[in-house]
Amino acid sequence: MTTRSRRLFGACLLAAGLLLQAPAIAVTAPPAQPAKYQSSVTTDHSQLEALKGPFATGPDVTRACLSCHNKAGHQVMKSIHWTWETVSPTTGKKLGKKFAANNFCGSPISNEPRCTSCHAGYGWEDKNFDFTNQENVDCLACHDTTGTYTKIATDAGHPLYEPREIPKGSGNIVQPPDLANIAQHVGKPGRQNCGACHFNGGGGDAVKHGDLDSSLIKPSRELDVHMAVDGANMSCADCHTFNAHQPSGSRYAANPKDTHGLDLPDDDHNRATCESCHGVAPHKEARINNHANKLACQTCHIPEFARGGLGTKMLWDWSTAGKRGPDGKPLFIRDDHGHLIYSAEKGDFEYGENVRPVYKWYNGVVRQIAITDKIDDTKVLELNAIEGSAKDPNARIWPFKVMHGKQPYDKVNKTLVVNHVYGKDDTAFWGNYDYVKSIKAGMDYAELPYSGEFGFIETRMNWFITHMVAPKEKAVHCHECHTRSTDGRLSEITDIYIPGRDHNKWIDMLGGLLIAGSIGAGLLHGLIRIVTHRRRPEQ
Amino acid sequence: MSTGRIYIYKRYERFWHWSQAALIIVMMITGFEIHGSYDLMGFGKAVNIHTIAAWTLLVLWAFTIFWQFTTGEWRQYMPSMKNVLAMVHYYTIGIFTNSPHPFHKTARHKHNPLQRLAYLALLAFISPLIWVSGLLYLFYGNWGQLGLAQYLSLESVALAHTIGAFMITAFFFIHVYLTTTGHTVFAHIKAMITGWEESDQA
Repeated sequence: MTTRSRRLFGACLLAAGLLLQAPAIAVTAPPAQPAKYQSSVTTDHSQLEALKGPFATGPDVTRACLSCHNKAGHQVMKSIHWTWETVSPTTGKKLGKKFAANNFCGSPISNEPRCTSCHAGYGWEDKNFDFTNQENVDCLACHDTTGTYTKIATDAGHPLYEPREIPKGSGNIVQPPDLANIAQHVGKPGRQNCGACHFNGGGGDAVKHGDLDSSLIKPSRELDVHMAVDGANMSCADCHTFNAHQPSGSRYAANPKDTHGLDLPDDDHNRATCESCHGVAPHKEARINNHANKLACQTCHIPEFARGGLGTKMLWDWSTAGKRGPDGKPLFIRDDHGHLIYSAEKGDFEYGENVRPVYKWYNGVVRQIAITDKIDDTKVLELNAIEGSAKDPNARIWPFKVMHGKQPYDKVNKTLVVNHVYGKDDTAFWGNYDYVKSIKAGMDYAELPYSGEFGFIETRMNWFITHMVAPKEKAVHCHECHTRSTDGRLSEITDIYIPGRDHNKWIDMLGGLLIAGSIGAGLLHGLIRIVTHRRRPEQ
Repeated sequence: MSTGRIYIYKRYERFWHWSQAALIIVMMITGFEIHGSYDLMGFGKAVNIHTIAAWTLLVLWAFTIFWQFTTGEWRQYMPSMKNVLAMVHYYTIGIFTNSPHPFHKTARHKHNPLQRLAYLALLAFISPLIWVSGLLYLFYGNWGQLGLAQYLSLESVALAHTIGAFMITAFFFIHVYLTTTGHTVFAHIKAMITGWEESDQA
């Protein structure tokens, strides 16, 4: 070996050695991550004189909060969390829990103490609740960071103030929360705050939405790429941004197609669309970005809902409620998973887990039925019909949970009814199991016309599927829509041409004949050549 | 009987022909998968391969058109009705009765009159149909910006492309069959590989 070649050899060895070591270096010294933004609050609430306590009631805490946050009460009182009323910006119709019909529990009217355990206030016990008193605003439901603040299910939004046996006769004594400690540890709303109500809509965990349940408190990355600790680790309000206590995002008028895109500092601080953070062209491939013109992001990125191991209710049939067992007691039946499939209080249930959504065009208009609307009882009643079609430039295909229901209605007046289910009186359905009395009581209380003749009508309700976003590698694959299979995801969307699914049967038939003919002609011609050449051996 | 060899297909021509053949075969296979005729590699993959193959063929065509004009080879596609009937007669009768081929290939006249007509039809009708519909299909997402959205529907473009696909596939099979009609079954294919046509009538 010459000196030069030796030197070269040595250099190669050195390079190889460095290359081999490179991965080890990477493991031992990971590249420095940029420091995560840490909120730096300027107030330590535990030091504040006003929050020393003790506090006897929720409103006492609120008064203390308002002594500094003097605009907060009136901001909250304008929000849907307080009013339970809103006007649909697209239809102009007055909606909110008080008016919009649903096929779950029914109406909060006449059932206030139970339903208003999820009201952002205290003491909405009946229709005479004072919506103008800011001291009734519940600050803690949203701002508790200790996880110890619980509004008790039956006390019109109040937490416990004295120890109580729950349920009655169980010997299980529940202690009231330490209001002073909670007040001293307030902060930004976290998942548990929002989830306490929004995960439990419809009367229990996972019941209502299908894409919102307690599995989102500590979800895996597969379940929710945004909320997983090893994902983006975001909380609800990171997207559902609040402006002066007004939440963004609405199921009465979800934004069907956000053409504005990124929500920058000088924008409206409404981030309740995917595009607010991801922009309008987030994919590397233009072809995929083009899909967003017709498809909501959620359509591909939420392949199934109720993926967190909790079943969501898919059917609720009120018409069978009220049965008693052989022992004369109200009947309750559970399936093998412990799900209640029959309840004397509520009727029959069906549940679904890992459910593929139903897809519909949506252009921003939801035709929500109010409890006072005249309905057509000759067919299945869609409580919130979703508007849109392929022709509509604002419409995109969105995923929905379609809730099947069967619920009481007034057969003569053709309206839905207010059913009085909760209360300690002799008309409440839960306890007396008599629709004749409970509907009459509900309608009288609501001061709505009622003929006295009720029946049950089959209903459907559409729930936007927009949470439980899966990681990109779990997104819906091309062939799940681009397929001739009748089981294709978009098989019910028939007003667009989908390559791979749609074709013209005449063109396919004639084209097939053309190809078969050209192959056949070749074969036939070749065969005749073989036969004639055999007969006439070459000289 | 003497045999002779003439050099008919130049190196670029052979490269062009076979790469074009490979690309068209790939596009037929992936194209009919995209159409939903069968499930082979999955829709998404088929679309990607089909698209890459299409762009590759467009580049190949750019070079080939340049080549055709700089070498004057484009004249090979000029149609002539002369001797067409003789070709028809040969394919329908003569070939079975062992009659001699009415056309003699030379480097200046590579294609028989029927071939010229067929290739011209391919160039003038099927290719534009496929390329125009294919490019429109590919740029579906940009119709709005291009001001085309009001004149086109995805369905009509897709169906036009499908019609073109059926035609070129039929062409492919006939073309492959006709390669076997040389003086031996593989004579034409051999010539297209080596460039040299062996002739029993030289």
